[in-house]
Amino acid sequence: ILFPQASRMFAPSSRNSVSPVLLLVLLGCVLCPPAQASKSSEDIRCKCICPPYRNISGHIYNKNVSQKDCNCLHVVEPMPVPGNDVEAYCLLCECKYEERSTTTIKVIIIIYLSVVGALLLYMAFLVLVDPLIRKPDPYTQPLHNEEDSEDTHSLAAVPTLAGARANTVLERVEGAQQRWKRQVQEQRKTVFDRHKMLS
Amino acid sequence: MDQKGFRRGSFHSATSDEDMLEIAGASMDFSMADDDPPLDREMGGFSSYNGGGMNGTSAMMDFLEEPLPGVGTYEDFNTIDWVREKSRDRDRHREITNRSKESTWALLHSVSDAFSGWLLMLLIGLLAGSLAGLIDISAHWMTDLKEGVCLAGFWFNHEHCCWKSNTTFTDRDKCPEWKSWSQLILGHGEGAFAYILNYLMYVIWALMFSLLAVLLVKGFAPYACGSGIPEIKTILSGFIIRGYLGKWTLVIKTITLVLAVSSGLSLGKEGPLVHVACCCGNILCHLFTKYRKNEAKRREVLSAAAAAGVSVAFGAPIGGVLFSLEEVSYYFPLKTLWRSFFAALVAAFTLRSINPFGNSRLVLFYVEFHMPWHLLELVPFILLGIFGGLWGAFFIRSNIAWCRRRKTTRLGKYPVLEVIVVTAITAILAFPNEYTRMSTSELISELFNDCGILDSSKLCEYVNDFNSTKGDDLPDRAAGPGVYTAMWQLALALIMKVFITIFTFGMKVPSGLFIPSMAVGAIAGRLLGVAVEQLAFYHHDWAIFSGWCSPGADCITPGLYAMVGAAACLGGVTRMTVSLVVIMFELTGGLEYIVPLMAAAMTSKWVADAIGREGIYDAHIRLNGYPFLEAKEEFSHKTRAMDVMRPRKSDPPLTVITQDTMTVEDVETIVTSTTYSGYPVVVSRSSQRLVGFVLRRDLIISIENARKKQDGIVSTSIICFTDYSPPLPPSSPSVLKLRSILDLSPFTVTDETPMEIVVDIFRKLGLRQCLVTHNGKLLGIITKKDVLKHIAQMANQDPDSILFN
Repeated sequence: ILFPQASRMFAPSSRNSVSPVLLLVLLGCVLCPPAQASKSSEDIRCKCICPPYRNISGHIYNKNVSQKDCNCLHVVEPMPVPGNDVEAYCLLCECKYEERSTTTIKVIIIIYLSVVGALLLYMAFLVLVDPLIRKPDPYTQPLHNEEDSEDTHSLAAVPTLAGARANTVLERVEGAQQRWKRQVQEQRKTVFDRHKMLS
Repeated sequence: MDQKGFRRGSFHSATSDEDMLEIAGASMDFSMADDDPPLDREMGGFSSYNGGGMNGTSAMMDFLEEPLPGVGTYEDFNTIDWVREKSRDRDRHREITNRSKESTWALLHSVSDAFSGWLLMLLIGLLAGSLAGLIDISAHWMTDLKEGVCLAGFWFNHEHCCWKSNTTFTDRDKCPEWKSWSQLILGHGEGAFAYILNYLMYVIWALMFSLLAVLLVKGFAPYACGSGIPEIKTILSGFIIRGYLGKWTLVIKTITLVLAVSSGLSLGKEGPLVHVACCCGNILCHLFTKYRKNEAKRREVLSAAAAAGVSVAFGAPIGGVLFSLEEVSYYFPLKTLWRSFFAALVAAFTLRSINPFGNSRLVLFYVEFHMPWHLLELVPFILLGIFGGLWGAFFIRSNIAWCRRRKTTRLGKYPVLEVIVVTAITAILAFPNEYTRMSTSELISELFNDCGILDSSKLCEYVNDFNSTKGDDLPDRAAGPGVYTAMWQLALALIMKVFITIFTFGMKVPSGLFIPSMAVGAIAGRLLGVAVEQLAFYHHDWAIFSGWCSPGADCITPGLYAMVGAAACLGGVTRMTVSLVVIMFELTGGLEYIVPLMAAAMTSKWVADAIGREGIYDAHIRLNGYPFLEAKEEFSHKTRAMDVMRPRKSDPPLTVITQDTMTVEDVETIVTSTTYSGYPVVVSRSSQRLVGFVLRRDLIISIENARKKQDGIVSTSIICFTDYSPPLPPSSPSVLKLRSILDLSPFTVTDETPMEIVVDIFRKLGLRQCLVTHNGKLLGIITKKDVLKHIAQMANQDPDSILFN
C-alpha cells in the first residue's frame, strides 16, 4: 500500500448517509408543487390559425379542449365556409395543442425576485451598515495594505480572532462571515486587480 | 523561529485552511458543502489505527498512522496528483469489498457505496434541470420587461400575457393586457414621443440590469464572471481553484446570468449553464464521502455535470455528453460515459416537466420542418462553412487581443464602467432595428423558421399566388417588399453583432458564446438562402436549376441555410466537430440534414484551423496562463529529459532530504527557504539513491502537528523516513517518523529519455512531477510547469506566460 492512511479514508459516517436522503426529500418537496400543479382550465388550449381564404379574412380560434379533440372541426366553431368547402378550409388551418402552468411561472418569478432583493439588501447592509456597527479591527488594515504577492500573508490577527471561543451561535456566524469576506476579497483581487484569472 | 510565522508563510491561499486546522478540535463547522479542503472531521483522538499494516508497536508512538487533517489535500492553484488519487480510491474500494464479507451492515455499506454514484447523478440532473428552468423562465420574463409590462399579472411575459385573449390574425402580438411602457405612461402607443419614450425605457432597463449584474458579481462572487468553460477545462485536467465551483458562485452566477441575458447584451447562456451545472455537481459531491475526499473521482462527477449543463441548454442529451467528452473533459473513462448520459437525461427530463416554453420544448429554437435538399445546394453550404471558419478565426484573434488589452492596460481597472458603456452602446444601437431589439434566441428561432402560410412576419412577406396553393406546401415565390426590408435590416444586424460580440465576451458578467455565434451564422445563412431562393425563382431556366427546381416546386428552404450557417459559425469559433453536429441534429429532430451540417462544420473547422490553431477556449486558457497540458497536440521536437529538467547546469544542486539524518530544524529551513512543492528523499547525500518523494504541504502539516501534539519533538529531533528507527545515543530526543507521508513510488525517467515520451507520460498519467535519474542516481526533477514552459518555448511562445504552478 502506497499510503497507509489511505485505507482510513472511507471512515463510515452515518451522518453522511442521512444528508443525501434529507436533500432528496427537500428537492422532492420543492419540485412537487410545480409538477403537480392542478391544471386549471385556463392553462390548456387548442389554438387554430386559419389564413385568409377567398374572401374570408384570417382568424385565430382558441378553445379549451383536450388533445385528442384538438383539430379544425372541433375548434373552429362558427365555421365561416359552407359544408362542401369545410375540408379545403380545414386543410389550410393549423391547430396546435398548448399547455402551460401559471403557478410555476408565478412561483419562479417570485422566488427569483426575492433572491435578488435579498442579495441587494445584503449588499447594502455590507456596504453601509456593517462598517458602522463593527469596531475598526486591526486586521482589516493589513489586508488593505497587502502586497501583490501570493507568499506574504498578513493573516496574523486572524487565528487569534477566529480561534477564540467560537461557541455561541452569533460568534460562529461572525466567524463564518469573516472567512467568507476574506475569500471574496481574495477572489476579487485575483480577478479584478491582478487579472490573474478570467481575463 | 517563531512557529506562527513559520506557518503563516507556508500556505498560499487565504482560504480558511489555517483556521480549519486551528479549530479542528472545536465543533466549528459551518457548512458541509464548503469549498475548503476536505478535512477528516472524525479526527479527534489519536487511536493508532493499523490498517496500513505498519508496525503498531507503541515504542515509537507513531502519531502519524492516521491521516492528519490536511494531509493529502492540495493547496489552491495547484495541480492534483492523479496517480495518488486513483490509488487512494482503489484502496478504499478494496477495503470496502473486503469488509463487506464480515457483516450485513458492511455489505449494505458496500452496496450503497456502489450506488452512491448513480444517486449523485440523479441529484445533479434534478438540480441542474431545475436551475435551468428557473433561468429560462426568468430570462424570458425579464427580456420582455424592457418593452412593457403585463397588467393581468406582472409575472407574465408578452407571450403568456396574450395567451388568453383573442388576438386577430394580422396583429398576433397585440393584446389589451400587454402595455408597452409608452402606453402605460402616456396612454397611447403611437407617435414620435411614444417611440422615444419606449427607446429611453429600453436603454434604462438594460443599463439597470447590467449594472446590477456587475455589482453583484463584484460584490459577492468575482469568480462568477465570464463563460467558465476555460476554467472548467483546466479544473478537469487536475487544477484546483478553490471557490470556483462553490455555493456563492452558483447563486450569483444563476442570478446574474439572467440579468446579463435580459439586458440585451450580445451574449448567451449556454457556457455559463455548464458552469452552473458543474457548481451543482461540486456542491452535491460534498454529500458523499467517496467523492468529497477524492479529487479524481470528483472530476468524473464534474464531467457528467458538464454534460448535464449542455443538455439542458440545448435540449440535446447526447450532444451534451459528446460536448463533455470532446471539449471539456480531460480523462473520460467509459464508466463516466454512461453516468453522464444518465445525468443529462435526468436534467432534460426535469426541464421538460417544468416546461419553460409552454409547448414541451426544451429550447426556444426547435426546428420542425423536414424539407428535402438537393446535392447542388452543397455549394452554398460549403460557402457558409468557409464564412464560418473565417469569422471564427477573426473573432478569436480580435477577442483575444481585446482581452489582453483588458488584462494589461488601464482598461481593466474600470470593470463596472466598461460593462455600463458596452451595454449602453448595445442598447442604443439595438433598439431601432427590430432584429436586434428582440432577444437573440428569438431571432435565431425566427431565422430557423420555414415560412408557411400562417407566418405573418416581415421575413415571410412573399408575393402569394393563392390560386396555386395546395395545402401548406408553398412553392418558391418572389420576394415581396417586406422581405427586402428584412434583408437589409438583417445585414445591419449582422455587422453589429459581429463587432459588438468581440467586446462583450470576457466582460465581468457571465457571458456565453454559443448564442451570439449561432446568431451571426443564422443571419448569414438566411441571407444566402433567400438570395439562392430568389435566384432559383427568377432564373429557373438556368442549367443548374432546371433539373430539380421547376416553377411551382418548393426547392429551397432558407431556414435550412440559417441552420447550416449557425452550425458553421459555432464550429469555426469553438472547433467542435462531432458534438456540434449531434447538437444540431438533435435540435432538428431528424437525420435528413446531417450531410449539410457535417459539410459546413468540417469546412469551417478546416478553414479556421488553417488560420489559427486554437479554439476560443484554448486561446483563453493560454491567455490566462493556466497550466493546461493540451492533450490533442503532438510534441514533435527532439529534446531530451536532461534539457528540460531542473536544476540546470548553472543552478545549485537539487534540494533533497535524506532519509534519516536530517533534523526537524534542517527540514524547516529547507521548507521555508525554498518554494518547491515537493522534495525527493534520498538515502544519503553522497549516494543520491532515491527513496521516495514527499510533498511540501504534507511535511509542513506533519511537522507542526508533531511539534504541538507529540512529546519530545524538538528542533534537534531526527526526522526519519525509514521503517526502522536509526540507531541513536540514548540521550537524543525522540525520533519523528514521517514514513506515512512519503510517496514510495515516484515516477522516474532517465536523463536520456526523449521529451516526446516524457510529455506523453505526463499527459497519460496526469503527473505533477517526474524525477530524473542518471545511472541509477537522482539527478533532477521535471515538473508539469517545466513541461508547459518547454512546449511554449518550442512553439516560440512566451514561456513566462505560464503563471500558475
